[in-house]
Amino acid sequence: MTALGAALGRVGAMSKRHLYLFRSSWTRVFDLVYWPVLQMTIWGFVTVFLNQQSSWFAQAAGVLIGAVLLWDVLVRSQFGLTLSLLEEMWSRNLANLFVSPLRPWEFAASLMLLAVARSMIGVLPAALLAIPLFAYSVFDLGLPLIAFWTMLVMLGWSIGLMIGALLFRFGLAAESYAWASIFVIQPISGVWYPVSVLPAWLQPLAWCLPSTYVFEGMRAVVIDKTFRWDLLAGAFVLNLVYMAFAFAAFLYAFALARRRGQLLQSSE
Amino acid sequence: MSVPAINVRDLTKRFRDDGPPAVDAISFAVPRGTVVGLLGGNGAGKTTTISMLLGILVPTAGTVDVLGVDMVANRYPALARLNFSSPYVDLPARLSVRENLSVFGGLYGVAELPARIAELADLLDLGPILDRKTGSLSSGQKTRAALAKALINRPELLLLDEPTASLDPDTADRVRGHLADYAKRSGAAILLASHNMAEVERLCADVLMMKGGRIVDRGAPAALIARYGRADMEQVFLDVARGTRAEAAATP
Repeated sequence: MTALGAALGRVGAMSKRHLYLFRSSWTRVFDLVYWPVLQMTIWGFVTVFLNQQSSWFAQAAGVLIGAVLLWDVLVRSQFGLTLSLLEEMWSRNLANLFVSPLRPWEFAASLMLLAVARSMIGVLPAALLAIPLFAYSVFDLGLPLIAFWTMLVMLGWSIGLMIGALLFRFGLAAESYAWASIFVIQPISGVWYPVSVLPAWLQPLAWCLPSTYVFEGMRAVVIDKTFRWDLLAGAFVLNLVYMAFAFAAFLYAFALARRRGQLLQSSE
Repeated sequence: MSVPAINVRDLTKRFRDDGPPAVDAISFAVPRGTVVGLLGGNGAGKTTTISMLLGILVPTAGTVDVLGVDMVANRYPALARLNFSSPYVDLPARLSVRENLSVFGGLYGVAELPARIAELADLLDLGPILDRKTGSLSSGQKTRAALAKALINRPELLLLDEPTASLDPDTADRVRGHLADYAKRSGAAILLASHNMAEVERLCADVLMMKGGRIVDRGAPAALIARYGRADMEQVFLDVARGTRAEAAATP
């Protein structure tokens, strides 16, 4: 077997481990689906109300539901990556994994793959439910949806890997970052409103986030019926920078954990 | 002469620059095909030593060669050929024993995995519990499942931390039998950290006695018992742990 084939086999084994976990625990699957469906339902009714009150919203029907679904892609992607790592720490399995031939980058790759799976399992039911409930299909975005989805998953990976680095460094004491960190960027990502609404001094910071480009791009498609390649390019370049940084931080934290002896006992 | 399974030179680990060493310049070799015991009280440095042998802890100084591979520079060629079991590490509780063995078999690249799982189930009497969740098993069953995971890749070196802790005498005896049988049949080396002196006497050809991060004595169990003038390894262990070797030697 080639080295690449062996590496893919190990990534596959890690994916199988989490597939087994899902198969044995329907509450975990329910938990993935619950919040996106709840959020979509709330914002769907808000949209129905606003459509009755505002001609702008009536013209831009679905912009809020589209925003909440795409935001959940980002959230579920980050949670998905972090949760897969936390599952190993909660079950005291990290040492078993890292005394096997599994490389840290293969472990990270498996976490990223699982993040995609978890975001799909979480968001797809909500997206499908929006069609009969609110006559809104996020799939009407067409091919740009794939671009938006990819950009948000990449950002979810970056944030997830950085939180993974914190978990390696501080153990389960850093667990709260896993659930809270992503929401720091929500107010300045222009999820619900254009970036122009933000104070002038905050806007440059907002444009440092790939998510801002995605949500501005989504509004351009829905409202102006235009796909902004410049926004996609901005999101992609920023994502590459963040991913490189996050991957390096993850590998550095792993190496530090090896020096400090934190892999055998990754508790608080 | 074949390369030893473990060859350690001046191995040292300090967790803090200004603190005492957890492991202090120890050197030893474990030949292939032998079972060696690593004994010492709590905090003697056994787990730290095993962690460095496994490559999940980087030494402060010294060299660690496992199966001829430098574990500090590039541990991966050795990792596929060794395995490990410890009560401080669990198998995922929500997965069945079969699923766990399937996952770890995949990580170790085991060929014909279903057949290997069936073989281990037969060897360790796992048949009735193979499809039960690992978290629902008794301590003895969990230990056997962990041992199956440790044997999944037919390791040339097995590092075991307290392999029979919390087992009833019958199960512990069977596990010891499996280990002795595996070492004999496969020619694998086993490094065994244990507080069970009867186990050490039964399984180990050689014993390393650790205290305060150093190897303070070593030898075959019978030779150590004779040297300390004691009746069994339990008393030798107490002499070493309490630093009463001189008194022991003076006792008629």
